[in-house]
Amino acid sequence: MAETLLTIDNIRKTYGDNLILDGLSFDVHKGEVIVIIGPSGCGKSTLLRCINALEPIQGGEIRIDGELIDGNSRNIAQIRQKIGMVFQNYELFPHKTVLQNIILAPVKVQKRNKEDAVKEAEQLLDRVGLLDKKDSYPRQLSGGQKQRVAIVRALCMHPEIMLFDEVTAALDPEMVREVLDTMLELAKNGSTMLIVTHEMNFARAIADRVIFLDGGEIVEEGDPEEFFSQPKTERAQKFLHTFEYESVKHHEHKED
Amino acid sequence: MQALATDLGFDVLFKGTNFLRLLGGMWVTLKISLISVALSIVLGILLGIVMTFKNPVTKAICRIYLEIVRIMPQLVLLFIVYYGSARLIGLKFEPEFAAVIVFTFWGTAEMGDLVRGALQSIPKHQYESAYALGMSHRQTYFCIVIPQTVRRLLPLSINLVTRMIKTTPLIVMIEVVEATKVARQIIDANRVASPNAAFGLFFVIFVLYFAVCWPISLLASHLEKKWSN
Repeated sequence: MAETLLTIDNIRKTYGDNLILDGLSFDVHKGEVIVIIGPSGCGKSTLLRCINALEPIQGGEIRIDGELIDGNSRNIAQIRQKIGMVFQNYELFPHKTVLQNIILAPVKVQKRNKEDAVKEAEQLLDRVGLLDKKDSYPRQLSGGQKQRVAIVRALCMHPEIMLFDEVTAALDPEMVREVLDTMLELAKNGSTMLIVTHEMNFARAIADRVIFLDGGEIVEEGDPEEFFSQPKTERAQKFLHTFEYESVKHHEHKED
Repeated sequence: MQALATDLGFDVLFKGTNFLRLLGGMWVTLKISLISVALSIVLGILLGIVMTFKNPVTKAICRIYLEIVRIMPQLVLLFIVYYGSARLIGLKFEPEFAAVIVFTFWGTAEMGDLVRGALQSIPKHQYESAYALGMSHRQTYFCIVIPQTVRRLLPLSINLVTRMIKTTPLIVMIEVVEATKVARQIIDANRVASPNAAFGLFFVIFVLYFAVCWPISLLASHLEKKWSN
C-alpha cells in the first residue's frame, strides 16, 4: 500500500460534558479516497474540523507527514497549507472576485509570483468550466458554481489532502451533480481526499474505503461495495436502510 | 429685489468683511470637526478591536466608558474639560483644544462601538476558511476581516461624522468663536441698521453646513454602491 499521509491516533473530542469523538483511529494513505458517513450528529464534520485544527482535541494526536497538527503550535498555518478544506456553505470571500479569492492565499501565504498564480487559477477554473466567471463576485454565482470555486481555491494551494465537509448539503438538487463530478475528476487524478457526505451513490462510486461513524466512534469500515451491499453491523444496516424507499405502487400491483 | 434682500437680512452679509468672517468661523468648525473625526476613527478602530476581547476587565472598562459618553450631554463634557481642567489640574486648555478633546472622547466611544458591531458581524466561517487556506491571524485580519468590516462600517460611521459636525455649534459655550458665534456677533453689531439680519445669516450658515455634509453623504452612498457590486 502507498505511504501513509495522515494518521489519526485515538483522538477524543468533547464539548463540555458532551463526548463527540471517542478514541477514533485510522490512517489515510497517499492517493486514497475515504468517505465518512453516519447519522447527523455523529461527529463527521467535527472530525474534519479537528484534522484542520479548527477545533482543538482533548486527547490523542493527528499527524500529517509525521508532523503533529496542533492549533496552538507556531507553524500551524504552514501545516494547514498541506490540507485543503471545502465547507458546506462555500465561504468564499464576498469582497473579492472569483480570481482574487483563488489567488489570495497562493500569493499572500505561499509568496508565489502573481502571474503564475493567476495562470494556474485560470487553468483550474477552465477545468471546472468557470473561466468566464473569473471576474464575477461570489454573490453573482449559483451555489454549485460557488462550491466549484471553493474547490479550486483549495486546490490552488497544492494541498496534499483535501477535506470535503458535506459540500453538496446546501445545494439545490440540480447543482449537486456538477460539484460531485468535479470531485470525481479529482479522485481520478489521484488526489487524496477525505469526504463527508450524505450522497450514498456518490460515496459508493468514489470511495476507496468507507468509514461509518456513529456515536463518535468507528462502527464499521471497509470496501464500499461490501459496505453498501452487505453491511456487517446492525447499526450500519439500519442507517443505510433509511436511504431506501420501497415503491408502494409496485407492491400494490404485485398483490393484484 | 434689493428690498427683498434687505428684508431677509442678506445685505449685512456684504458689509465690510462680514462674509469672510463667517467663512472664518466655519473654518474653525471644520478644523475642530475634522481633527476630532480623524482621531475618533483611528482611536475608535483600536477601541473596537479591544472591545471584542473576551477579557472581563477590558470589557468592563469599555462598557463604563461607553455608558459615560452616552449618558453625558456633550455640553457637560465640554464644561468639565474646559472649566474643570483649569480648577482640577491647573491647566488652562485653549477652548479649541478642549473642544477637540471632548469631540474625540465622544467620537471614539461611538466609533468603537460601531467597529465592535461590524467586527462581530463577520461570520466565524470567514475566519475559518482563511485559516484553512493557511493564512495567519494577521493575514486573516488584514485581507479578510478588515476589508469586510470597513464596508459594513461605512454607512454608520458617515452618520456619526455628520452628527459630529452638526454638533459643533455647542462649542460656542466654551468661547470658541465658530460660525454661529460670528453670525451672532454680526447680528448684534447691525441690530439697528438691519434688524432682520438673523434670517439671512443663519440661512448662509445652513448652506455652509449643507455644503460640508452633503459631499460626505454623497461619497458614502457612492462607496456603498461600489462595494455592493
